[in-house]
Order: sequence, then C-alpha cells, then structure tokens
Amino acid sequence: MKNTISHRVADFLKNFPPFNVLGQTDLETLAQEITIVYKEKDNVIFAENDEPHPFFYVVNKGAVALKKGSDKSIMDMCDEGDIFGLRPLMAQENYKMTAKAHEESILYAIPIDIFKPYAQKNIAVGNFLIESFASNTRNPYSKSHRGKLYDEVTLINPVAPDTHVLDLQSVQYSKKLVTCTPNTSAKTIAMRMTEKKVGAMLVVKDKMPIGIITDKDLRNNIVTGKYPITTKAKEIMVSPVITYNKHLTITQAQMAMMKSNISHLCITKDGTPNSKAIGILSKHDVMVALGNNPAVLIKAINRAKKIKSIKQIRKSITHLLQDYLDQNIPIKLTTKIISELNDACVKQIIKLSLEEMPTKPPVKFAWLALGSQGRSEQLLQTDQDNAVVFENVPEEKLIETTDYFLKLSKLINKGLFDIGYDYCPAEMMASNPNWCLSLDEWKKTISHWIINPGTDEVLLSSIFFDYNITYGDVNLVNELSEHIFEATKKYPIFYLHLASGALQNPSPTGFFRQLLVEEDGEHKDSFDLKRRALMPLTDAARVLILSHSVKSINSTAERFEKLAELEPNNEEIFMACSYATRALLKFRTKQGLLHNDSGRYIAIDKLTKEERIKLKRTFKTIKEIQELVSIRFKVSNLLR
Amino acid sequence: MIDFFKKKVTNYPDYWLEYEKNFTKKPIEDLSLVRFVVLDTETTGFDYLNDRILCIGALSLIDKNIALNQSLELFLKQEHYNAETAKIHGILKNGGAYCISESAAIEELLGFLKNAVIVAHHAIFDITMINRALERNGLPRLRNKVLDTSHLYKKTLLNSNVFKKKEHYSLDELAEKFDISKKDRHTALGDAYITAIAFLKIRNRLKGKGQLKLKDLLKMG
Repeated sequence: MKNTISHRVADFLKNFPPFNVLGQTDLETLAQEITIVYKEKDNVIFAENDEPHPFFYVVNKGAVALKKGSDKSIMDMCDEGDIFGLRPLMAQENYKMTAKAHEESILYAIPIDIFKPYAQKNIAVGNFLIESFASNTRNPYSKSHRGKLYDEVTLINPVAPDTHVLDLQSVQYSKKLVTCTPNTSAKTIAMRMTEKKVGAMLVVKDKMPIGIITDKDLRNNIVTGKYPITTKAKEIMVSPVITYNKHLTITQAQMAMMKSNISHLCITKDGTPNSKAIGILSKHDVMVALGNNPAVLIKAINRAKKIKSIKQIRKSITHLLQDYLDQNIPIKLTTKIISELNDACVKQIIKLSLEEMPTKPPVKFAWLALGSQGRSEQLLQTDQDNAVVFENVPEEKLIETTDYFLKLSKLINKGLFDIGYDYCPAEMMASNPNWCLSLDEWKKTISHWIINPGTDEVLLSSIFFDYNITYGDVNLVNELSEHIFEATKKYPIFYLHLASGALQNPSPTGFFRQLLVEEDGEHKDSFDLKRRALMPLTDAARVLILSHSVKSINSTAERFEKLAELEPNNEEIFMACSYATRALLKFRTKQGLLHNDSGRYIAIDKLTKEERIKLKRTFKTIKEIQELVSIRFKVSNLLR
Repeated sequence: MIDFFKKKVTNYPDYWLEYEKNFTKKPIEDLSLVRFVVLDTETTGFDYLNDRILCIGALSLIDKNIALNQSLELFLKQEHYNAETAKIHGILKNGGAYCISESAAIEELLGFLKNAVIVAHHAIFDITMINRALERNGLPRLRNKVLDTSHLYKKTLLNSNVFKKKEHYSLDELAEKFDISKKDRHTALGDAYITAIAFLKIRNRLKGKGQLKLKDLLKMG
C-alpha cells in the first residue's frame, strides 16, 4: 500500500544507483515492500557463511562495516545510500563477509524477489550490478559520485590506504580547475587564487594546458618587483606543464613531483599536454592520499565547506591516532597533535555555523570547551560538553542577545553531533540556556558555586573550571579566570570542598590489591578506568593548580608538571602523577580504538599480564596524591 | 421468568469479537517476538468531546523491523471541522486522500491492531481519541497494552540534581535528540515513523539496565 513512509523511502533511494535509473512509479512500488531495519551499534546483520536473507540492504542512516576472515579486518565501510549483501543473492551462494553495524544504523531491507524483475527488465540497473560485481566494489560510481559531493575538498580517504597498495592506487585529484588565459593579469590571478583558496593556477588556451603559475612564481616574479603587477600570465608562467593521465598512481605522482621538483601536476584527458586539462594534482592531494600528515589534515579541515566533509576528515584523524599509538610515539606529542586536530574541527564547525546565521554576532563571545575537551585530553570522541560566554549587554538587550547565541549554539551542537560527538546526557551544552550566559551572568553563577559549595555546585565547578577557549574573544575568558581566582581566594573553604570532591571517587583496588570491577549495570565485571583511575588524578590536579592561581594550563599531565616546578619538594610525586596520567590516557585510547567506543570500561580478563601490572603501577601514585590532597586541604577534619 | 444468570448480551459486530479473541492468549515477554503497533492520530483539535480524528497512521514493528507493506494510513470523512488545525496537518476536508467513515476506520484499525502493544507519543491523547470514536460507535474501549515514548524517553535521561528534567518532551525534541528527519512531521504516519525510530533508540539506551522484558517497559511508561 502506498503511503507517506514508502514515499519517503522512494525519495531517499532515487538519489543512489541503481535506483536512480528506475522510474518514479517503479520506485514507489518497490518502496512499499521494503522493511525498515534498526540496528544497534555492533549488531550483526549477517555473518560470513550465513545463508542469504531474502533481502539485500541499503544504508539509510549510520554506517555498516563489512568484515572478512578470522582477523575480521574491515573490507569496506558502507555509508548512506550504499548497497550491501546483494551479490550472494544474485549468485545464490552464502554470504562471503560479515556485516556489522559500525554505528547505530537504520537500513532498508529490499526483498530480492521484488527487485529482481527490475534488474532483468532495466538494462541500466543490470549493467550497474554487473559492473559492481565485476569490479568487486559495492558501487563502481562511488568515486565520481563522491567527487560531486565534496568538490571543494579532495576526497580524504575514509580508510587510510594500505601502504602496500599505494603503488597501485590511483590518486584523487581536484576536478575543479581554476584556470586563466595567457592574457590574464598577475593581479587578477592572485585575487582569484586567494578567492578559490588554491596554490596554483593553470594557464589554458583552447582548454589545453600551456603553463602553470604557483604561489612561488608570483612571489619570485611580482613581489620581488621583477615584473609589474599588470604583467600577463604568459610572461611569468612556468611552461611546459608536466601532464599525466588520470590513472596516475600515488607513487608515480610522488616520483614525478620529486623528479622535476614541482608541486603541481596537470591531469589531462590522454596524459599529454595536447589534450583537454581535466584536473590538477597538488603535493597536498598526494599527502592527503597518504593520510598521515597532521598539517595536511588541518589544511583540509580549514578548507571544508560542509560538515559532512569534516566527518570524513575525522576518520583520517582516528587513523592517524592509531598509527601514532602503533608506532609508540610519545603520548604527550600524540595528545597535542590530536587535540589540535579536534580543535580545528570544532573551530571549523563554529565558522560554518556562523556563516549559516542570518546576521553577525551582536557582541563578542567565546566558545568554551569543558571537561576532557577543555583539558585537551580527548583523543577519542566522547560526549560534547561546552558553553558560551558573551560580552555584557544592557539589560533590555539581554534576551535578544541570549537568543542569538542559543540559536548559534544549537547549530554548533548539531554540527558536533554530526561529526560524531554525542550530545551530553546532562545537557551541559551551550544550547542549554544555563550554559549560554553573558560575562556578568557567568560571574554570578560561579560566585554562587564558590560561596555555596554543595555537592552539585562542586560537581558543576569541577566540570566548568577546566574550560578552554576554542573560538572567540580571549579577553572574556581571561576575565572569567580572574574572577574565579578572586572568588576562591575570598572563600578558601571552597578548596576544601573541591578537594573532598576529588577524594570521593572509589578506590581502584580492593584490600587484596585486586582490581575492583563494577558490580552491576551494563558494564558489570569491567573496570571503570575513567572514574576509578583518571578522575582522581584530574580532580587532584584541578584543585592544586587552582590553589596556585595558575591559569591557562588545562591538561592534567601539564598541570602536574607545573606543580612539580612550583613545589620542588614534591617534585617526585607530581612527576609520577604526570606520568601516570599519560599512561592511563594512552591505555584508555588504545582500548577505545580496539572496541570502537570511549574506552572507559575495560574487561579485566581481556588484559595481558603486562597490561595489568602497568595499570596497577599507576594506582600507587593515585593513592599518594589523594593523601597529599587530603592533608593539604585538611579534608579529613570536615567531610569525611 | 427472568433469567438472572443470563449474561448481558450486547450485539457487538463480528470484527469486535474477532479483535477480542486476540486477547485470550497470554502476552509474550520476549521483546524480539512482541508485535508493537506504533501509531499516531491527527485530529481536528484537542477537545476530547467535540474534536474528531482526521487521520490514523500506524506501523507494525517486530524485532526492530518495520515492514512497510504492513502499515496503515486511514483518512476519515469529517462532519466536525476546524480550519485552524487543518493548517497544521494539511489534510483538507475530504480532499486529496481517499476518505472513509469513522466506523469503517475503526473496523480497519482493530483488524490491524490485534493484540499488539501500542506505542505512541503522549499516548493518552491518541488512545482517548480512539476510545471516544469507539464509544460513538457503541463499542467498548481498546484492550491493548500501551507504551508512551514521552515517558520512556524520560527514563533514558540522567537522574541528577544538576540537570532538571522537563515535564514533557515533544516529538520534535525527540527527533532532534535522536537525529531523526522531521520531513513528514504532522502527518499521522510520518509522526508514527518518528515515534517508532525514537522508540527503538530509547530501547537501546535503556538496555543498560539489563535484559529488557515487556513488563519492564510497561512499568516505565
């Protein structure tokens, strides 16, 4: 029966091959027979060697990983609009791969009996299927299709290419050519290059590339005064252009660039300079294809015009992280780089959201990252915690201004959600009116927390006080920090409460030095690394650093280093804490990558003996620092 | 002689008796086997007495699967009509879609519902509207068990003093929270679909509290 939902399904399918070639009526008929399937993360849709289902699947929302073999390596990742599980149905054999929901997903299950006649009747559909089976990809058009989706950024490979296949893989070049004629002036060229954010411009005559002008050429020829700014392109261009055809592999491209010491290659139709130019390949594109260079990723993030492309880049960041951990690069450096990259993603989302707003912000504001993100300790994506502070406005303008920033925050929160940061379950997000305040309102709130330090207030301040500015006006944030220091100095009792809060987390080990595991709930029998090990350190560092009035050091490990510097007599213990924090963070990240989650809960029985010893070693340090905090702030006298 | 033991017989139509028969069996507890019907009604207004159902949309959900060829979308012929609400729902009086009478709609709905567990957002409203329609047609109330996604959603939220739960969460808020497209919002079946996906996502989030059984869900909302 035709209805609203089948209509919606048809509407979705018509954007993707092979459904795009089906007529509207056929598509509607097909859509009526579809089953909508919901899969939780890690649910198996079908397993290797299972008998084929009477359906094949299209991903509507989420992502599905296709895995193969005993090591369960990911063969393919299906995104929105991708088809999977069709080939075995056509060939009437068992599934050759396991399909598992990589994220919470909604799938459309299409009955093969209903679909088959279309495949037989419609040549275009048939061809698509044959081609996709023959090339063994799920979608032979996906590459060109993607090119259309992200034409402002060259594709960032969602799965970093295996180094072994680089020799064979052809590169993704930018198809959006920025060209000029031989008579264009240098000034126009420079302006267009700035506007299009490219580093080189191709000079074409009758669509054939006759020369290229790069940033370097402009610098050497124009800025030095050698030629006037009105010089025509043909005077300063580098010629001839090095051309290749589009089947150039990554390795070939690298070698060509090194050989001629150039940074751009031109892709032409037949690979010679005498055919139409169809694209340009920069060193940047090659680096992106290699996918292991943070500088390139940052550049890609800053160029991203759509949130969807940032999501792709985030996948590369995860791969980079995995590489760093595999190569045992110091966690200190790893944390820095990954935090910078995450930060850049958030910044870009804020920029894009600002563009989406109908007007510019009425006053200055700052976007604050809170919690682990504020401490720059967020390697894996977890929940988002953030807040907005904006400049004071006259009272009659307050509602209007708050409204603006709430709207903006809603866009940003949604953007962050789209690239993988879950909404904060406790609504500690800038789109919540309690977390989007003017400077004076924040001061009032903070004073309230400090003067009335109940359990909730201490909890709120422990989350808020690790703020770090991601975007906006630094002065606002500095003023806020000053206010916190002043207020805590006036009410030193607050330290005591903060310190006792820091000591409230349960101890990691029991009486017999065994690891204590959760006793019930979803994570029964696993070890809560965050609450039992990382949080005591973080909390201790916070209260200690606050009592020294040190601002703008947010990372726990760095805070301990600073403390070691401030209190030479305690250097040993603080350095041990700094080390333990990093070790635990690394531990958590590795676990998280392994299980595609936040890494918070660890199944103890899955750890190796060595890992268990390493973990336990940090606990001694935790105990020592807790004692230090308890003595220094005289917590035992009061609350415990 | 008057037979005191004779049961009071009312002449219910066959489709009602057929519907009632479904409830003789013991309800299933395993959530993967339970048949849920997620439904939504569009009405002429919010007055239980005077307003009428314009449209009923219902989807059948078994083991996280929604088969589209087993869904229901009924448009009802109108006597009572309120121009204001029609603006929201875009269902013009007897216009566009094929409309049937209230009694015919009831017959179809009961045949579709059987003994399924009904899921709806702010279910009390939809159920009351349907029960009023049943009453007008001389029938007793619905016998199905009912779950309300607005109650269930609240159970997924943190219990913390730091954060105040709202009294009510609208379907729009749920759609935003769970990233469900609001494309067909304010059509009965479109809202039923949003409710169904939200229901599945809520169940996933409630799972933390051990293996969920039907009775646990019924207790919660």
